Order: sequence, then C-alpha cells, then structure tokens
Amino acid sequence: MSDTTVQQSSYPPGQHPDLPPPKNLVGPVAWVRDNFFGSITDTVLTLIGLYLLYLIIPGMLNWTIFDAVLNADSKQACRAAGDGACWALIEERFLFSIYAFYPAEEWWRPNIAFVLLFVALGPILFDKFPMRRHAFIFSVIYPFLAGWLLLGGWGLKPVSTELWGGVMLTLVIGVTGISASLPIGILLALGRASRLPAMRVVCTAFIEFIRGVPLITLLFVASTMLNYFLPPGTYFDLLLRVLIMVTLFAAGYVAEVIRGGLQSIPKGQYEAADAMGLTYWQSMRLIILPQALKVSIPGIVNTFIGLYKDTTLVLIIGLLDVLGVMRSSLADPKWNGLAYEAYVYTAVFFFISCFAMSRYSIYLENKLHTGHKR
Amino acid sequence: MTVEAATIDSGTSNPLLRLWRNKETRGVIIQIATIAAIFAFIAWLVTNAIANLEELGKGFSFSFLWDASNYDIGFSPFIDFNSQSPHLTAALVGLQNTLLVAVWGVVLATILGFIIGVLRLSKNFLMNRLAYCYVELIRNVPVLLWILLVHGAVVGNLPQIRDFRGLEGLEDMNFFFTNRGLYMPAPEFQPLAWAAFAAFIAGIVGAYMYAKRAKAKQEATGEISPVLWVSVGLIVGLPVVVFVVTGLPWEWSSPELKGFNFQGGFVIKPEFMALWLALSIYTSSFIAEIVRAGIQAVSHGQTEAAHALGLRHNRALQLVIIPQALRVIVPPLTSQYLNLTKNSSLAIAIGYYDLVATIGGISLNQTGREMECMIIVLLTYLTISLLISAFMNWYNNRIKLVER
Repeated sequence: MSDTTVQQSSYPPGQHPDLPPPKNLVGPVAWVRDNFFGSITDTVLTLIGLYLLYLIIPGMLNWTIFDAVLNADSKQACRAAGDGACWALIEERFLFSIYAFYPAEEWWRPNIAFVLLFVALGPILFDKFPMRRHAFIFSVIYPFLAGWLLLGGWGLKPVSTELWGGVMLTLVIGVTGISASLPIGILLALGRASRLPAMRVVCTAFIEFIRGVPLITLLFVASTMLNYFLPPGTYFDLLLRVLIMVTLFAAGYVAEVIRGGLQSIPKGQYEAADAMGLTYWQSMRLIILPQALKVSIPGIVNTFIGLYKDTTLVLIIGLLDVLGVMRSSLADPKWNGLAYEAYVYTAVFFFISCFAMSRYSIYLENKLHTGHKR
Repeated sequence: MTVEAATIDSGTSNPLLRLWRNKETRGVIIQIATIAAIFAFIAWLVTNAIANLEELGKGFSFSFLWDASNYDIGFSPFIDFNSQSPHLTAALVGLQNTLLVAVWGVVLATILGFIIGVLRLSKNFLMNRLAYCYVELIRNVPVLLWILLVHGAVVGNLPQIRDFRGLEGLEDMNFFFTNRGLYMPAPEFQPLAWAAFAAFIAGIVGAYMYAKRAKAKQEATGEISPVLWVSVGLIVGLPVVVFVVTGLPWEWSSPELKGFNFQGGFVIKPEFMALWLALSIYTSSFIAEIVRAGIQAVSHGQTEAAHALGLRHNRALQLVIIPQALRVIVPPLTSQYLNLTKNSSLAIAIGYYDLVATIGGISLNQTGREMECMIIVLLTYLTISLLISAFMNWYNNRIKLVER
C-alpha cells in the first residue's frame, strides 16, 4: 500500500502506468469461477451439465469405440464378439452405400464426376480461385459433362438411372436441385416483386402453393400423377421427374428468401437505376440483384442445406439414396436389426456435409459484410 | 420528358413497334401473353389428363369417398374407424392424426427450443457449449433420419408385451412402456363431471372479463391488479373446487394384461411417440436459434433504459425485453410450426396413419384414384398452411412498430 503511494507521487497526473489487474480476477482459476460457478444458478447448471456429460460420454465412447466390433460377417458374430456397435456392417456396405447398383467396372465415371464437381464449384465458391473468369466456363459446362459421364452414351456404356443410388444419388439430386433452383427462384422473386399485376399473381400463387404443401406430397405427385398430364404414351424417367419436383420445390423457398432481399433495397436504388436510363433487365442485373442477393445469401444457403437434407425423402417413393441404401441393408437377414449403426453412419455423412455448408455460409456472410453491418 | 417520349415514339411509323416501345402498353402485352401461355399450358395438361383417364377408363369423380375403405387404422383416438367406414372418414382420421402430432409437436418443440435457446446465451461455458452441440448436431441431420432413428430406438429398446406376463405385482402397476405403446390409466368421467367442465368455461370467461377491467382500471388510476393469480384461480381453481364439491365424479380405468395384449386404459402408440419426439427434437434446434437471435436483437440499451426508469428486473423483462424479442421471434417461429406440420407427413415412413398415409397412401392404392386423392391431400395441406400464414400476418400487424 505504502509502495503505491510512493510511486503515485513520482508520476505527473495521468501518467501512471496501468497497474496489473487484481490476482483473483485473472488466470485459469478466475476463468473457471466466472464461467462455471459465478452464481448459485450457474453452479447448478454446471453440475447438471457435468451429469449430462457423465451420462452421455462414457456410454457413447464405449459403444462407438471400445466395445465396437470391426470384423465380423454377420450380426450374430458381432453380438458374440462385443456389446458395442457393429461397424462390420458399415465395412461391408461402405462401397454399396456410395455407388449402390452402379456397375463396378464403371465406378471411375462417378469418381471423375465427383472430383470435377469441386473443380466446377471452386470458382463459384471462392473468389481467389486462380483464373476465375476462365474457370467459370468449365462450371457452366460441368452439368452436361457430369450428365454424360453418369448416364453414358456417346462412346460410354449407358447406365440406366434405375441403377443409381447411395451417396451418388444424394449428390446428384442435391447438386441439381441447388444449381437449378437458384435461377428459377430469382425469376420467381422478380415476378412477385414485378409492377405487372398478372405476373405478380401468377408468381405469388406458384410460390404459395409450393411452400404450402409438404415435399413428400409433391414427390407422390411426381411418382403417381405426373404421367397423367403428359400426352398418352410418353414415358419419363422417375429420377428426372423427382429432379424437376425437387428443383421447383427449392425454387419456391429460394424465391421467398430473395424477395426479402429485394424488399431490403431502398427505393432510391430503383429510381437511380431508372434515372440512368437503364432498362428493366439492365437495372436488375447491374444494380438491384447484386445488392439483393448479397443480403439474402445466408437465407439461400440455409434453403440449400434444407434441400440437401430433404433429398432423403426420395426413399419413400422408392429411390435409394444414401439413407435408403443403408435402410435396405437392414432388411438383409444377415444384418437385420442393426438400425443404430446404419443410421449413425448416415447421420455422420449428412452432418459433415451440412456442417461444412453452414460454415461456408458464415464465411460468406463475413466476407460480404461491406458496409451493411449495423 | 413526355415531349421527348412522344418524339421517340413517333420516330417509327410501324404502329405495332410503337405500342411495344411504350412502357404501359408493353406491360399490358406482356401480361396478356403470360396469361395466355399459362392458360394454354393448363389446357394442354387437362386435355392430356382427360385423354389418359379415358384410356384407362377411370373418369374423374369423388364418389369413391363414400365407399367402404376395407382397411383398418390402428390409431384413431377420437374418431371411430373400422374397415366398413368410408374413405372420407379415413381422410378425416388422417387429418386428425396429422393435427394431433402437429399440435403436441409444436408444444414440446417450443418448450425445448426456448430452454435450449436461453441456455445457448447462458454465461455458463459448459451449458452454452452443450446447447451449441445440441443445436448443430440435431439440425444438420435430416428429419427423416431422426424419425427412423427414434422409431428404431422406441421399438427396439422397449420391452415386449410378453415380457410382462407373470411379472410380480402386475396388478398394482398402472403404466406400461411396451414396444406396442405406452399403456396408462384413462379417466372415465361420470355424468356429474359436466359441472366441472362448465366451471372451467365460466372461469375462462371470468378471467377474460377481469383482465379487461383490470386494464381499464390501470389506465384510469395506474393501479396494477394481480391479473395472473386471479386468472389462474378462476381457470384452474374453480373447476377443481367444483369437481371436489360434486364428489370427484370419475374413475381410473387401468390397462390390464389379457391374452396377448393390454386391455382398457389409454394407449399411446410407438409410432406416435417416435414421430412426436423426432419432430419436436428436430424443430426445437431451429426454434433455439430463433430464440437466441430474438433475444440478441433487443439492444442492451433497452434493458438499461428500463432499469433507469425504475422498473424491477422482472417488470423490465415483462414489459420491455420480451415484447421486443417476440416481435423478432414470432414470424420465423410460425414458419417453424408450419414446417413441423408439413414434416409430419413423413409419418408414412414409420407407419403412423396421418393424412398422407391414409387418403394419400392406402386409399389411393386401393381405389387407384391418384388424381382425386392427391388433390384432397394437397388442398388440405394448403388450407392448413394458409390458415397459419393468415394468423401470422394478423399477429405481425398487431405487434408491428407504429411509426410516424
């Protein structure tokens, strides 16, 4: 105490160097106290949390790792070897869960398509991609290239879409739905915000219809009813019908998100664009949409994550996506009853892809916050 | 401006081109063309449909709705249904089951979501990390997967009914968790119970009138009346008192093991339980994020201002913070409720008889009337959605900030 007074007297007013904080307010002990035992409620919450961890963690670790069985050829062998998860199922079904019935000698085609997917996505996702402008050309031709690789024809052995399944089918539906629904969604949103009443009514009705019914009913329409509306005798691939429905479904949701973005653009921007003498499409392309899309990107990515998760619904109308494939392996008498293993494996697959997408959305949000942050 | 436009327009002699260059007439032309194209498209679809249906000899009629359904629905708590009931009743049972799981799902999801959302903001490091893990883990996995997983857990882990046979003390037990459902006692009311029910209605009316008068009194004199406690007393207390006074006119009917199954009592089917839990847990992760965002959206200055005005912490929460947070929370919350209702259509994957599984599933397959059945299903969902949206718009208008 006397020490400080001596020091104080030797500095001119306002020049005293900062004193270190009191010992009991810094360091790990203080951190633990502040974060875990700050008050009575805090202490109770911490104890509840610790108890929950105690309930979950040991059991989970035992099941997934310590008691798990890796090598076995049937459920009975698994159960005999240990109480934990029977990962032997996943081991046996791993390749099947990716390619399903796609002929094994043609697996290189989906593999190449998968690798090229990232080449095509690169310039779209990251603006520091090398030679971005030229790479965009590849992104535009990629869908056709991938379609040719997967379907075959023109020198490749044709593979019917009935043989598609697993992770491959999930990616096909997800990527097609995501990339095709964005332009349609933009057009629908512009239509709904149009000054022409007929356009507005048509687009609003379409969007509200899509958003008002569950996807599964639309998939039922695609699988049972759509052929009625086409000229008699036309046959139309089930996967294509599903792709159309999924795309339209996602487009309705994307349109609503973009409408929110359009509404957030001040009226002055529209007037300024008009004053510059820009036509409707020019002003949308150069002035309005860049701003509106920027605002709506988090919402759009969320819609896409939702769409990607919703691809699992196709199993109800008989397409075998990754969940469908794993579920079908439960019907195998050899593995009958290993529901947890199959579902946990699928859940991990979806968790990784969806979590990555949501991280990317946060990255974009931070990158695009150029002056709109309040 | 008009002079210039006129000169540009008169620059061309072609009258059609002139019409196209005028902004107003161009708008009209585009609209007429759009509507014509859409009508042509619809006409094309309808002609195809008629041709296709004729080829199959089906026609288009809803008269099948009055035919006997010839199938059984295992779960119908409020509507009597047997295989002789018409398809229309099957559709109603489906609607009832959809609404049942939706309403209970909304209740549980809201409770869970608010708890997790508040914990997510807690200063307690452990709790907010746990809440974060819960939210991320749940919402990044498809809802269909959750439904299948929970169904697998419910059916796979609960004891079978035959495990109860010969169990000691079976007569004294009232609740049975089995893989065919949760059996529990059901109250059976006797005729005199209507008095308590009437008291309940009277309590609601009384509480409403009291709240109205209390508000008028507060606006006139500034005096605050204990509205909450009086309402609780009127709505809960009054019926209970009447119930006791009339001599507790009810009996419990407990489930009893007879033959291969439990008889009597009330049963909650495992499909319902699985769907209800899965939908609630899945939706609660989204609600938690909405609640967190809503609370964070109320600036801290509002809390400080309320305290500066001399409001105690509870009153500040009640009068300042919560109303403002709700304005942010309610619109996305309603759309989550809507999503939950629509996701309940995944019931078909685990054999719960909702709208899609009854009229859109079994009835459709039995009668072969895809068109009619799907129209009924789509229209019903549309009606539910539009009703919820209408409510949301009404609520939004009511709580909207009144600006200059």
